[in-house]
Amino acid sequence: MSTTNETQPQDSALVRIEGVEKTFRRASEDVHVLARLDLVVPPGEFLALMGPSGSGKSTLLNLIGGLDRPTQGSVTVAGERIDTLSDRRLADWRARHIGFVFQLYNLMPVLTAERNVELPLLLTHLGKAERQKHVATALAMVGLSHRAKHYPRTLSGGEQQRVGIARGIVTDPTLLLCDEPTGDLDRKAGDEILNLLQALNREHGKTIIMVTHDPHASARASRTVYLNKGRLSNEPVS
Amino acid sequence: MKYAHLVWGNLKRKKLRTLLTLLSILVAFVLFGLLCSIRQALVGGVELAGADRLVVRHKVSIIQLLPESYQARMERIPGVDLVVHQTWFGGVYQDPKNFFMQNPVQPEPFLAMHPEIVLPPAQRDAWLKTRTGAIVGRTTAERFQWKVGDRIPIRSPIWGQRTWEFDLVGIYEGRDKGTDTTPMFFRYDYFDEMREEGRGRGLVGWYTIRVKDPSRAAEIARLVDQEFENSPAETKTEPEGAFAQAWARQIGNITLIVAGILGAVFFTILLVTGSTMSQAVRERIGELGVLKAIGFTPAQVLGLVLAESCTLAGLGGGLGLALAWLLTVNGDPTGGLLPLFNFRTADLLLGVGLCVVLGVVTGLLPALQAMRLRVADALRRL
Repeated sequence: MSTTNETQPQDSALVRIEGVEKTFRRASEDVHVLARLDLVVPPGEFLALMGPSGSGKSTLLNLIGGLDRPTQGSVTVAGERIDTLSDRRLADWRARHIGFVFQLYNLMPVLTAERNVELPLLLTHLGKAERQKHVATALAMVGLSHRAKHYPRTLSGGEQQRVGIARGIVTDPTLLLCDEPTGDLDRKAGDEILNLLQALNREHGKTIIMVTHDPHASARASRTVYLNKGRLSNEPVS
Repeated sequence: MKYAHLVWGNLKRKKLRTLLTLLSILVAFVLFGLLCSIRQALVGGVELAGADRLVVRHKVSIIQLLPESYQARMERIPGVDLVVHQTWFGGVYQDPKNFFMQNPVQPEPFLAMHPEIVLPPAQRDAWLKTRTGAIVGRTTAERFQWKVGDRIPIRSPIWGQRTWEFDLVGIYEGRDKGTDTTPMFFRYDYFDEMREEGRGRGLVGWYTIRVKDPSRAAEIARLVDQEFENSPAETKTEPEGAFAQAWARQIGNITLIVAGILGAVFFTILLVTGSTMSQAVRERIGELGVLKAIGFTPAQVLGLVLAESCTLAGLGGGLGLALAWLLTVNGDPTGGLLPLFNFRTADLLLGVGLCVVLGVVTGLLPALQAMRLRVADALRRL
């Protein structure tokens, strides 16, 4: 594995995964989660990643988001080889390029909605007024301007997830990674979130990779890939 | 500063726990302030002692008196600049609880020996002219609401059953912040003449010597003791600081006692605050993982946890030090037993330093734990 970053300006792919393997050590046993996996995601795509529990969906998403490193292979996002970056540089890279949306929203309970959305902006050089402007825009995009001063505990699950999406997009990231964003919501709230993600993809050109095991959710994506026993395919597993 | 709301929000997460921890820290720092003030009251004289002054006392004990005639013999010793004597009067004003120090002295040499006693020239002249005249420090004058011209009755069981009457001719200030302004001084000639037969007429309590060259103080102390060797009243001469220290040590090694108590208190507080911080971090491993996921660097996460522990220690410690200052700002709470009782700026600064140390030490381990968190592992704990 090369230790230098390989920049590929001519590469049309936003995400390029080549020969990625991921092995976890559990007690004295090696658990192979991903096996020689290749994946290309072009800019502007809304990709759904499906598969049964334990198939490695979240692990793959973590690798793409720079939260974890592959045991083998390379992960290149926006032309930058991220699997070789140091922890510090990887954190900076995530702040610049990645927006995360989690299944359980993962908002800070001690902060209001607007303060939660502001969190990624604290890592930028923006002044307070500019940060507030960006926060207002992001909350308006998810239709929650009127709930800006509310704490997460006073918001419904759907509203909390919309705050989570606002936090994910407030820095205008290159890539939005969603880990089962509707997994904890009822159908109606889930549909609202999917509508929102679809709008972000279609109207704002945001590239989205969404992990889900809900076919209803994956139907909103422009492409669906299936992961089973650490291998990717374009067809659902029978 | 832009992370302040995050730090503050986390502290408010478990309000009762934070409040109790804050109160523990606050109590520890109030205790720190009070103990420092008591220590200062008991051993402060050591720091205020003049480097060029020696104290000569009876070799057996401070309560044994020395002949007045020693003064002239000491003045003849080469290197001695000035000699004055004082005697413990041990009187009370109206009520036994109204105790404060009163000593008979020879006004002129005494004032020359103690430039830290600041007396207006007119009052000084009045004292020299008035045989029954006395001067008192500002603290005691205010305590009993005395003013110049008042006649002060004092009873002393040491020197007979009579009530001594003094004319207050002066109220002195201290040149330095720590100068003791509680004693009263009156004229030795009046005292010697009026004390009853058999009560040590012609004898004094102790001498203070000013030397011309402080670097020769030890040599002169030896010469003084040699001068009175094999006499009925042999002497022990020591620097004024050592004399003050020996006086304080009648109670015990104050500094060691204070350090022992404070050590135990701060060790307990270290455990309490450290446990609070560890628990606070353990409870939100997942949230720390989210912060890292959205781009907070390991160093920033470390800084956030440390900022939290330092805020906790700073807030509790700061309030504790402020409260200690408020409790000590009026000086001696015993009405005369601890005249130098005060919370010194140096101790206050030491307290501020302890706040910082407490914050860093209690936050360091949880902060390192948070810094080393692997994001993917932390997110799995949500």
